[in-house]
Amino acid sequence: MLAAFTTLLLCQLAGELMVRLSGLPVPGPVLGMVLLALGLAWRRQIPPALRTTSGTLLAYLPLLFVPAGTGILEHLARVRAEFFPLALTVLGSTALTLVVTAWVFQAVARRSR
Amino acid sequence: MTTVGLLWVYLSASPLMWLSLTLLAYLGAAALHRRFGGHPLLNAALNPVLIAVTGLIGVLVLTETPYRTYFDGAQFVHFLLGPATVALAVPLIENLERVRRALVPMAAALVAGSLTGIVSAVGLGALFGGGAETLASLAPKSVTTPIAMAVSERLGGLASLTAALVIATGILGAVIAVPLLDRLGLVDLRARGFAIGTAAHGVGTARAFQIDPVAGTFSGVAMALNGLLTALLAPLLASWLL
Repeated sequence: MLAAFTTLLLCQLAGELMVRLSGLPVPGPVLGMVLLALGLAWRRQIPPALRTTSGTLLAYLPLLFVPAGTGILEHLARVRAEFFPLALTVLGSTALTLVVTAWVFQAVARRSR
Repeated sequence: MTTVGLLWVYLSASPLMWLSLTLLAYLGAAALHRRFGGHPLLNAALNPVLIAVTGLIGVLVLTETPYRTYFDGAQFVHFLLGPATVALAVPLIENLERVRRALVPMAAALVAGSLTGIVSAVGLGALFGGGAETLASLAPKSVTTPIAMAVSERLGGLASLTAALVIATGILGAVIAVPLLDRLGLVDLRARGFAIGTAAHGVGTARAFQIDPVAGTFSGVAMALNGLLTALLAPLLASWLL
């Protein structure tokens, strides 16, 4: 498990470095994900320990967002001024985006079958 | 000062306590979700992220603890987001064939969803009377925080407002996704996952993985791609919209 976790961290590190050097508008970990995906595709297999470690991390993904989510506290003052317009906008826009994206996906998938 | 008072002074500044509280809040929220999440609407509303965050904010407000102090402890959990993002590569490779076969619907849905995300946020914001700064802050709200804040600043928005909007979007999207998509009969797991990742980024992806690993995989892909596309698209659209 330790080796697998280290692999994840090293990929993240590589990703962060590459983003810093190239100035790409992506977060380092996302590039790290791409690097790991390329590496796994190249090896044509996923080491069992990596599979387990990744699975565990992803199983707890909701927990990992709690600290950042609590951060909304810092920005509440700013939001308070325009709370209802913003709340309605977020609700409407998010719902619309969900529906449009899912619908287009299904429609196009059906067409290309 | 009383013993309790002294204890509190020590504890409230201690990262250990806030870290423990974060874990407890999540465990409690997850237990609530397990216990009462039979009914579909309750299942959606009792989203562990929503409950845990609400509980912690309550504690912080009641104890007048600054967020910085809380984060000093919670950062040990927050840090794991990095390797967890990298770990998304595993389900991606596990589902590579499925993803490869869905490239065309993904491309179409990505463009449609990305555009909708930006235009609907700015459009509705304008409808409800938002000023230019607010609209610029709203535009990138569908994507992950670091990208959204950078885009927002580029468009003349307020990065901290954007951060709040992104968090709200993520949690709200994760909560409403399943009931909403159920109601509209959009049941394809890949479509659902892709939609949640596009609309509600990381928090949405966490929800998607709870639904199904395939949904989670597509959500992770959508999150990454929408981040990129919005970073490119929003500044272009801005000259039109703002």
